Amino acid sequence: MTLTAPATPPPAPAPPHPLPTPRREPTVRRAWRKASPYAYIAPFFTLFAAFGVFPLIYTAYVSLYRVELQTPGDMEWRGLGNYTALLGDEFFWTALRNTFTIGVLSTVPQLVMALGLAHLLNYRMRGRTFLRTAILLPYATSVAAATLVFAQLFGRDFGLINYVLGVVGIAPVDWQTGTVASQIAVSTVVVWRWTGYNALIYLAGMQSIPDELYEAAAMDGASRWRQFLHVTLPGLRPTIVFTVVVSTIGATQLFGEPLLLEGSISGGISHQYQTLGLYMYEQGWGFFHLGRAAAIAWVMFLLIVVLVGVNALIARRRSRKEAGR
Amino acid sequence: MTAPSTTEVPPLPARRDAPAAPVPRPRRSRPSRAGRTLHAGPVAYAILIVAVLVSAFPFYWTLVAASRSNADLAQVPPSLVPGPHLIRNFEAVLEEADIGKALLNSLIVSGSITLGTVLCCTLAGFAFAKLRFRGRGALLALTVGTMMIPPQLGVIPLFMMIAELGWVNQLQSVILPGLVSAFGVFFMRQYLVQTLPDELIEAARVDGASTARIFWSIVVPIARPGMAVLGLLTFMAAWNDFFWPIVALTSSEPTVQVALRQLGGGYVHDQSVIMAGTLLGTLPVLLVFGLLGRQIVGGIMQGAVKG
Repeated sequence: MTLTAPATPPPAPAPPHPLPTPRREPTVRRAWRKASPYAYIAPFFTLFAAFGVFPLIYTAYVSLYRVELQTPGDMEWRGLGNYTALLGDEFFWTALRNTFTIGVLSTVPQLVMALGLAHLLNYRMRGRTFLRTAILLPYATSVAAATLVFAQLFGRDFGLINYVLGVVGIAPVDWQTGTVASQIAVSTVVVWRWTGYNALIYLAGMQSIPDELYEAAAMDGASRWRQFLHVTLPGLRPTIVFTVVVSTIGATQLFGEPLLLEGSISGGISHQYQTLGLYMYEQGWGFFHLGRAAAIAWVMFLLIVVLVGVNALIARRRSRKEAGR
Repeated sequence: MTAPSTTEVPPLPARRDAPAAPVPRPRRSRPSRAGRTLHAGPVAYAILIVAVLVSAFPFYWTLVAASRSNADLAQVPPSLVPGPHLIRNFEAVLEEADIGKALLNSLIVSGSITLGTVLCCTLAGFAFAKLRFRGRGALLALTVGTMMIPPQLGVIPLFMMIAELGWVNQLQSVILPGLVSAFGVFFMRQYLVQTLPDELIEAARVDGASTARIFWSIVVPIARPGMAVLGLLTFMAAWNDFFWPIVALTSSEPTVQVALRQLGGGYVHDQSVIMAGTLLGTLPVLLVFGLLGRQIVGGIMQGAVKG
């Protein structure tokens, strides 16, 4: 990428967008005109190259080396050693499994509830703006704050949630040591923080569905539920695909929630809620194996690529099926 | 930052290149025979009110727990109203973790990131929207393409870089990478494509204005509402960012989130003190949200926010 003005501009094709030239421009000025757009993108791309693109690519390179946190300058070639070590590490498999189950536990209820809330928020009602804003409130908190509050609520002995369960007659649940229970606790934080956000995304999608479609469906005698199924859902498909992709990526890199549920880097005594993101942090900044952490990062990336690819495939196949009808 | 205007951000018409471009449409009354019941019934209100209560309760609980003593929190049944110990718990937080410094650091970091991001992204967004140059399509595709890749994947080389530069535990190690926002460039480009007519730029050129002049006198004023939304979203994201700050900073130079981790990380066993810290760390962004919630909702409704 050239950021400085070239001395002579390359022979340009006729500008696609001819501008009226009041007088002949001097060559220097014309050269600057050609080069100046690069000056506008330069601040962003300089940073983007240094702190965005380069680290992404370099991660793959680092993952092939033994690099320790204390001596990041010393790199020792390991080939695929970091990856094969992962395959033999039971905690890697635990983290992979946890990432998947917590991902499902958090993404599915979140998106289903968001869809329902969006549908309700789409009605005409008093205080609509207030309701929309209030529902987004959890989005304003940080992972750290939200998790600490929920950790308190989920406390085994004095937590409010166990108290309420007790009132209903359910025995107290140990939200930190039980595998399923702790994963539910972690997922709850995610669901709480992101449901309102997704509801607003869906709401925006719903508002771009033309009224005429509903009118036509109503004339054909479709009930409101059938209208939802056959007008709203198909109309929202691109939006739904988007939220599924974004939530999937979010779930794959889940980190703060499992770290702060009880403050342990291993995600519970038996790693029962350690995610890949936390496992990577543990390897890199707990055990100082940066090379190995880079390998985990790369596995996370491949996982995302696969999941997004599967999503895209399903979306495409479904729309083709519908087009064929 | 300019005071965000009270007017709503103009809706962005459908984008062809983005799957998620739901467009807020001006609402108009529909004929009631259309088949959709347009007015919410009591059930809808009830469900929404429950949802709002669930959204808000943890905040309220933070206040309750932060204003009570640790012994109060161990009571059965738990008390649901605020108690008298808020100030004492705040003092304890200041003692356990340097929350004052953390708040200041967070303000510096989030403020710089917001200003820098809005400026960089408006410049680049303008170039991508309205200027013609070689490689424009490819560079834009590269930028948008990386939006889907989680930044976590780059943290290891990033950490090695800042270690090499001697920036570990210095605020610029959080600020500089925070200025990179592919989303911001994309957002500003979309905004300017739709709100800035080509004719305006051409007219200015005929009058002999340079591109720089055009940028400051025409683009920035028109882009202001978009910049405000981008700034708000950037500020909240920067304030709440967790992963990179805990990697790059330590407890001697924390942001609020790093300090919260310290509180929750087992050094403090007093739940009410942890909640007091949480409250302090959340208040500023809640304040922003309370004042400008409408704009934030508007920005998100544009399908604009990366998850």
